[in-house]
Amino acid sequence: MTQRADIHDSHSPLVEVRDLNFSIAGRPIYRGVNLDIERGKVTAIMGPSGSGKTTLLRLIGGQWRASQGQVLFDGEDVARQSQRRLFDIRKRMGMLFQSGALLSDLSVFDNVAFPLREHTDLPGELVRDIVLMKLQAVGLRNARDLYPAELSGGMARRVALARSIALDPDMVMYDEPFSGQDPISMGVLLRLIRQLNDALGLTSIVVSHDVNETLGIADYVYVIADSEIVDHGTPDELRQSDSEWVDQFLHARADGPVPFHYPGQSYRDDLLTSAR
Amino acid sequence: MKSGLAQLGYTALDWLAELGRSVLFLLRIIAALPMLGRKPRLLVEQVYSVGVLSLVIVVVSGLFVGMVLALSGYRALVQFGASNALGTSVALVVIRELGPVVTGLLFAGRAGSAVAAEIGLMKATDQLSGMEMMAVDPLRRVVAPRFVAGIIALPLLTAIFSVMAIGAGGGYFVGVTLLGVDASAYWHGIQSSVGIGDIIDMFIKAGTFGAIVTWVAVFEGYYAAPTSEGVSRATTNTVVIASLAILGANLILTAMLFSGG
Repeated sequence: MTQRADIHDSHSPLVEVRDLNFSIAGRPIYRGVNLDIERGKVTAIMGPSGSGKTTLLRLIGGQWRASQGQVLFDGEDVARQSQRRLFDIRKRMGMLFQSGALLSDLSVFDNVAFPLREHTDLPGELVRDIVLMKLQAVGLRNARDLYPAELSGGMARRVALARSIALDPDMVMYDEPFSGQDPISMGVLLRLIRQLNDALGLTSIVVSHDVNETLGIADYVYVIADSEIVDHGTPDELRQSDSEWVDQFLHARADGPVPFHYPGQSYRDDLLTSAR
Repeated sequence: MKSGLAQLGYTALDWLAELGRSVLFLLRIIAALPMLGRKPRLLVEQVYSVGVLSLVIVVVSGLFVGMVLALSGYRALVQFGASNALGTSVALVVIRELGPVVTGLLFAGRAGSAVAAEIGLMKATDQLSGMEMMAVDPLRRVVAPRFVAGIIALPLLTAIFSVMAIGAGGGYFVGVTLLGVDASAYWHGIQSSVGIGDIIDMFIKAGTFGAIVTWVAVFEGYYAAPTSEGVSRATTNTVVIASLAILGANLILTAMLFSGG
């Protein structure tokens, strides 16, 4: 499984997106996007709602295929792999969905044990120990007998985080991990993402539109808008950016390149039309 | 007129495309079946879910259908002095037709809709995507066990339905206990008219209907729009399509299986 990964240069980016073009139902989501996800770093993908941030994670995970361009994971084009090979690649990725995506008929313990039971032949006692260690890492060891319906939103995401690192992946992708969280849950998730990344030697991709929180933990940031990367750099570099997009996004301005009014007929023309 | 014809053509093309997609989906399920041998527990859980949990509705319906058949059959037979043939008429109608068909329709309403809703909700809440990202194929883990469970459960439920309809609580109770038909004549009529071939044909029909119901249910659930409306439509479609398919398949199977008898 790791043979090709070993051959690939360990100093090169873990994920390379090259000239990516992607459309949904004729609407372009990406036009010629290029970006690199460096190993061992927390890379944030930011941008307004509907700018295709989650789509990027699905393209990296091989769930969707780009119409043009390449998405390389450790040197391998994820869109051109057999299902068996793609599944081998996915074992090296963890993904935290916005909804948590916990299996609703399994307990917290069984959810975290799920990938271990599916992909390993480890004895039950060892699976139990690993699951308890993962749950301990996210502070929910004593919630192992609860079911997803009994968890708060923040707890569900922490369980999903424990599950996403169950197989000790190389990379974890976080899809809007902070949305809808109270300040305490948000603080816990922020700390966990940074600590797990550093302690486990992970590579993390955080898709979010929570500006201050994400800039606080990210090593590098890409801002996506209007189907393109409009700017990228370290959090400090972005704060100094002169891009109108970045300015509107970072300072939460109501109007700018992303207009307050949905584009269409002018207000004046609309009123005159109804007067006639 | 022209646009009406064009619309009809588009509808027919959409229907054909959907049919083709469902056949391809069935082939993918069949390809995933060998993997089921490694996790038989998944199959046992689903047989319990679609089979055991459907027992109450099947048992109660079997009793009522048997009682009604005995009542209406007695009224017709007694005019010709043939009330002793009541057992024969109830047994043949139940085993050849009503058993598999009514149980299939009940199964579509009880288990088919539940399977479609469950898979549709799993899709809407990203559980299927989550499995894919954990390198677990939802076809193997979620769809294949439910498909096979239907093929196993429906013949067993049909046998239970038939026993209930013909036996002590259903047709026998009304015919013998209430209407006074001779008990030995009732049982002898069944014994002499129902052959092992009828029982085998009943199981063939029920197995086919089980495959139809779960095929429709898993397809509708898997391709449901990930919204509450989409899940609702998937469950409705499952019941409607599976019920019509059962009735159509029953006609074809009856023509094939019983044409010689």
